[in-house]
Amino acid sequence: MSETSLQCRPMIATDGYCRRQRQRLLLVGVALALVLMAFLANVMVGPVFLSPHVVCNALFAPDRVLALDKTVIWTFRLPTSVFALLIGLALGVSGAEMQTILDNPLASPYTLGIASAASFGAALAIVCGGSAALQAFGLAATSISAFFFAMIASLLLWGLSRIKRGASDVVILCGVAILFFFNAALALLQYISSESQSQAIVFWMFGSLQGVTWPKIAILAGVLLLALPILATQVWKLTALRLGDDHARSLGVDVHRLRLRTLLLTSLLTATAVCFAGAIGFIGLVAPHLARMLVGEEQRCFLPMSGLLGAFLLLLASVASQVVIPGSIFPIGSATAAIGIPFFLVLVLRKRGRCS
Amino acid sequence: MLMNLCATQVHFAYDRLEVLRGVDLAITPGITAIVGPNAAGKSTLLRCLCGLLRPKGKVQLDQRDIRHIPRNELAETVSYLPQHPGIPAALTVFETVLLGRVQRLAWHVAAPDLAAVESLLGEFGISSLGNRRVNELSGGQAQLVFLAQALACNPAVLLLDEPNAGLDFHHQFEMCACIRERTRARGLSTAMIMHDLNLAARVADVVQVLVDGRIRCGGPPECVLTEELLAEVYGIEAHVAQGHDGHLLVTPVGLRRHTLASGNPVGVR
Repeated sequence: MSETSLQCRPMIATDGYCRRQRQRLLLVGVALALVLMAFLANVMVGPVFLSPHVVCNALFAPDRVLALDKTVIWTFRLPTSVFALLIGLALGVSGAEMQTILDNPLASPYTLGIASAASFGAALAIVCGGSAALQAFGLAATSISAFFFAMIASLLLWGLSRIKRGASDVVILCGVAILFFFNAALALLQYISSESQSQAIVFWMFGSLQGVTWPKIAILAGVLLLALPILATQVWKLTALRLGDDHARSLGVDVHRLRLRTLLLTSLLTATAVCFAGAIGFIGLVAPHLARMLVGEEQRCFLPMSGLLGAFLLLLASVASQVVIPGSIFPIGSATAAIGIPFFLVLVLRKRGRCS
Repeated sequence: MLMNLCATQVHFAYDRLEVLRGVDLAITPGITAIVGPNAAGKSTLLRCLCGLLRPKGKVQLDQRDIRHIPRNELAETVSYLPQHPGIPAALTVFETVLLGRVQRLAWHVAAPDLAAVESLLGEFGISSLGNRRVNELSGGQAQLVFLAQALACNPAVLLLDEPNAGLDFHHQFEMCACIRERTRARGLSTAMIMHDLNLAARVADVVQVLVDGRIRCGGPPECVLTEELLAEVYGIEAHVAQGHDGHLLVTPVGLRRHTLASGNPVGVR
């Protein structure tokens, strides 16, 4: 093929690819708009309904609103909404990357036992709450303990997969073993705990976005700021993993190192998210599936899309949890599951139907 | 850029199962067909040659031991297409070919990368499939996509593990024509594992016969593919003759009698 004929020929494939890429970016933009709308809705709803006008004024022109509204928004609703957004983002991103590196659509912080370990850690802090060592940490003890155990589970997973050179099936089986181990340990803790402690454990396991403080948000944002740029530099290598380990290695991707590094980053994200918000189910599983259906698996769109959809689902669940029973807050974990499960089933059944 | 890939006394074992028992082989510019019975170690040999497996012995790329070449540099020089490439469920043809240049890609895909993919897809006549998902393609089309991917980084050495497997006659010829054209135009050193001896005789400059982990013999097809060798290596009776167009024609007739009687066919472990 001569140079001239190449230059004269229309760039059919490239044009098509660029068009597809623009469509995907548009979808990511729509998701971002949905997240912002859900964010606004989440600030509006609560025991007292605030109009969008008041919310916008409170955010951008605080002098024009009543002091009470300003306090409600800045002290309670805004932190909760930002928190929901960041937690959803973290869970969506870590779910997407876990499914990518383990090449399994069932991989998520929950199915791999990281959330169970966090629940166990929180329960341990609640049961041992009277001890002097824990009291020194004050209210943060539950979060610190949950984070500690989530990281232990992650590092265990990381260590086991290192021994097996990052084989994805081994990592998943180890994750399931960790899940059952911590679930059993948690049941034992509940068995020996007092009634009030047991209640506190159950409450923690439902997950909650309440009682959040700006320092917690800063920590979560910091972890996201650490993880996202690193993930962004390896988007193409992560995409290449979809071709299978051997094929990716033959393209020059250091599969083991990539998998271990990504596992460590996603574990950090998950551990931080669940230690503050409790076990919020399904976000890490559903968001990546939905993102994959909308924008495919090329990570430059898949990764942001999964994060945005995670944030959107959690904000939606948060709004739902506040409006189902007016004046009180429905457990966020149940709300997420209530929205997530039907959604997930529809997705799975649709996919099956299309394949056959 | 002409390059030679040479294996010297390459041994490899999966745990205790010895698969390669001292292979000496040179992949030189042109097409080398690697043939041999099942379980002879052909795929393992290819995986050793591209650095996916670490064998005993030496594999050298133009006198440089490939163990001392950084993985990304090696991947850009030696391209390998596995027998069963993983079919990504949600990647398009364009993205899959683009991944052949994964070492060079940044967040923003540069114009040379797009141009390389465009020209390959055009050359293989699959430009219109650019936005289709790979798992929606036929076997022949998918195989062309993966060949394009292997060529996307402009390698000097191309290692193909049964690129014709599962293709109909038309696609087999199309695939071979693509490989041959590219090999000639770019001066590639191409090695491909093949089972179809007629096709091997037609496209290859050199045929290497691998039996039981060793190279039994190698050379131009007409010197290597003899009735005696086929009887010894495959345990079959076959007629070998020259066709009208000058290429060898191998016609298998049946199993060799004494192989059947002994119950121990040659080459099957």
